[in-house]
Amino acid sequence: MIAITEGARATLLNKEILLEAFRRMRTIREFEDRIHINSAKGEVPGFIHLSAGQEASAVGICMHLTHEDHIASTHRGHGHSIAKGCDVTAMMDEIYAKRTGLCAGKGGSMHMADLSKGMIGANGIVGGGVPLTAGAALKARILGTDRVAVAFFGDGALNEGATLETMNLAKVLNLPMIFAMEDNGYGEATPSSWAIGGEVLKRAEGFGLSACALDGHDFFQMHEAAGRIIKDVRDGKGPAFMHISTYRYYGHFEGDAATYRSEGEAEKMQKEKDCLMIFRNKALAADLATEKELDEIEQQVARLLDDAVEHARQAPAPGAADLATDVYVSY
Amino acid sequence: MSEKSFRQAINEALREEMRRDPDVFLIGEDIAGGTGGDGEEDAWGGVMGVTKGLLGEFGASRVIDTPISETAYIGAAAGAAVTGMRPVAELMFCDFAGVCFDQIMNQTAKLRYMLGGQAKVPLVIRMQCGGGFNAAAQHSQTLHGLFTHIPGLKVVMPSNPYEAKGLLIESIRDDDPVMFMEHKFMYDDKGEVPDESYAIPLGEAYYSRDGEDITICALGRMVNLCNQAADDLAQENIGCTVIDLRSTSPLDEESICESVEETGRLVVVDEGYPRCGFAADIAALAAVRAQPALRAPVKLVTPPHTTIPFAPTLEELYIPSVDRIKQGIKETLAA
Ligand SMILES: Cc1ncc(C[n+]2csc(CCOP(=O)(O)OP(=O)(O)O)c2C)c(N)n1
Ligand SMILES: [Mg+2]
Repeated sequence: MIAITEGARATLLNKEILLEAFRRMRTIREFEDRIHINSAKGEVPGFIHLSAGQEASAVGICMHLTHEDHIASTHRGHGHSIAKGCDVTAMMDEIYAKRTGLCAGKGGSMHMADLSKGMIGANGIVGGGVPLTAGAALKARILGTDRVAVAFFGDGALNEGATLETMNLAKVLNLPMIFAMEDNGYGEATPSSWAIGGEVLKRAEGFGLSACALDGHDFFQMHEAAGRIIKDVRDGKGPAFMHISTYRYYGHFEGDAATYRSEGEAEKMQKEKDCLMIFRNKALAADLATEKELDEIEQQVARLLDDAVEHARQAPAPGAADLATDVYVSY
Repeated sequence: MSEKSFRQAINEALREEMRRDPDVFLIGEDIAGGTGGDGEEDAWGGVMGVTKGLLGEFGASRVIDTPISETAYIGAAAGAAVTGMRPVAELMFCDFAGVCFDQIMNQTAKLRYMLGGQAKVPLVIRMQCGGGFNAAAQHSQTLHGLFTHIPGLKVVMPSNPYEAKGLLIESIRDDDPVMFMEHKFMYDDKGEVPDESYAIPLGEAYYSRDGEDITICALGRMVNLCNQAADDLAQENIGCTVIDLRSTSPLDEESICESVEETGRLVVVDEGYPRCGFAADIAALAAVRAQPALRAPVKLVTPPHTTIPFAPTLEELYIPSVDRIKQGIKETLAA
């Protein structure tokens, strides 16, 4: 087990990386907040799961990946997609079910993907993306490249056979793969503390994975640890597992009143543990950025999202000619 | 008798059977919700609120929340059934059968046969099916065809609250495994549902409309669309018999063939995939058993052989509509 005790290791970052990380985190938050608002207006079709609150995990990890590295995500996949570099406008178009969407309006929120960016896809099936990620890692092993693959999945998905089988497979085949388990406290309405038997790290270590616990509210800790872990995996040291503590602010899906939480729980987490707030405070305290620089990024991101929503509203919907396409390559 | 929703009708069936038979228990993900947490108990009652309130009456030993582990809890339910209990497992979405299909197809369905008739597997697996919510490819399928394909499984799909209660009670009392499919678009549908307990037999179709010109077969939500089409066409003096099959396995072949022999024309309407599916199965039945009576080719109104899309504009084209059903009926009458 790799022990990570300190919080901020801000000095490890250069400014360009730092501001880019802030931009991505801010973009995710803004993206999710707007969908939340517009979903309540009835503008957004389908089942929507938002990741506001979990940004530092997605960005802390994906900052270390290139488009040739792969990730797979979950039903709560907007943040991972943005962190991996997917186009925000095309994502919004997809969520608004438009032909110009990232998946041509055929997938929607739960199936967001862009293979050209190394994003294999969000997933409607809990645990469904974990074995797929192993496949991307397998490719890297077969071809002898230094590519890695990261499976993002939730605490709930840790109890799926698909996940557990893949943990073993990855170890036995020595795959360059990282299991990034985002423990946001709940799988649907059920607390992870109840649903996971035994201890997470021991479970991962039982499979022979090198495992560590990370504070997913602290970008600096996430970024530093992910960098070290991903480097080790790239260097062929075998698959790794991260137990990332995080929290989702909104309900499980849009429309969930989240009464299974104690009163004030989400508000308290947001007030005390918000990853964007912590980022700002630490970056300013360490003189890594100025207030003005961060404010400017916030304004740019807000404009980007204004435009994305407007684009999505106006974009053309798919029609009859699109109904039977994309099922096969040839038929 | 009083007006109840589809959701309430199912809840009532579960409650009555749990009161009647202590061996009946419920198991699934968040069928109570909030288990082990600091917030509300019974916070969800299942993702669609169907089992809400049952935890309070029957306690956590009979309303059992599980981790997200379908293979384990569906298999455990089958194991409890084969050892003498009467579980009702909730699989949430029929699409998730993909995760635990070995336990359904190779274990549950075949146990009795493989054990030379020693075993009974009185298990009900409840699940949502159907599109209409733009829930995309992995949350919108209607997989009764897939389940019907497998000997050993019974497959039931109610079309209204009255049927939901009576068919679920029958399914729980049945000694064989039953895949009980609830169309997600219908949970708020209202209808007359008797307060007392009653069972509707499996494998007996219901004539939802009577007419002399044409026979229409469907089940689940599609029955309601067929009835609307039939009511519209009645204005044009077209008489439709609408047969609500209620279950695909067992299948009431007699009722279908009898009606086709009277009308000589058959339209099958279904929301499932068309290839090797329910509609094709009924068409084959007509070809095999009622061919001489057929005065026109059998018409199938189904989605295309395509994954169910996300975009509302595409999903609308995909799912059979009242207009497409009417068009199918008219084409068959003109043939
Ligand atoms: C195989 C499967 N089972 C159940 C579901 C329904 N479901 C969707 S999300 C979810 C909870 C997942 O919890 P977790 O892995 O912790 O992810 P989170 O929602 O917290 O991001 C469940 C049970 C599903 N989509 N797929
Ligand atoms: Mg979770």
